[in-house]
Amino acid sequence: MNATLEILAVALLAIGSFFVLVGSLGLAKLDDFYKRLHGPTKASTMGVGCILLASIAVHALSSGGLSLRELLVSAFLFITAPVGALMMARAALAIHPQDRPDPPARPQDASRRD
Amino acid sequence: MIATAAAFCMYVVALAMAMSLWRLLRGPTLPDRILALDTVSINSIALLVLYGIRVGSMVYFEAALVIAMLGFVSTVALSKYVMRRDIVE
Repeated sequence: MNATLEILAVALLAIGSFFVLVGSLGLAKLDDFYKRLHGPTKASTMGVGCILLASIAVHALSSGGLSLRELLVSAFLFITAPVGALMMARAALAIHPQDRPDPPARPQDASRRD
Repeated sequence: MIATAAAFCMYVVALAMAMSLWRLLRGPTLPDRILALDTVSINSIALLVLYGIRVGSMVYFEAALVIAMLGFVSTVALSKYVMRRDIVE
């Protein structure tokens, strides 16, 4: 049981740090702000989420009790990440209004049929 | 085994933090810098939790919670300032 939990914790640590690395790599390498906005969301949901699950497993191993306080950070990040991304996208659109894509063209068939 | 894995993961997260710091220094526009600052705070949460795993203490968890809250509030405040040049309307 303990060996299984240890292997699970190490696997969660590996997955979490991989996603944190991928998120920052996307932030550094992508060429447009709206593309770059996608990278760190993986770091905040999958990366930090897996690392916090590994922390739960490690503290369950060391102290024997199951403490769910780490889920508090994870839930807080899950709630606040979309709000922060929305505010940053709106700030970018406020600075560069010419980046806003054109609205889709009106369907011509409907007006012709009238 | 877990302490070794946490130490290795700390190197990986430090590399991620260096890349987001590079974007913070280089970022062509202001929203890029805000996004990079948000990513740095998320990376520091991961780094603190990993250090807590390595040391085997629960003290660093509260610091991670505080950094999560301050990171969100600073992101929203900076974005509001960029949008309206005013934070409290």
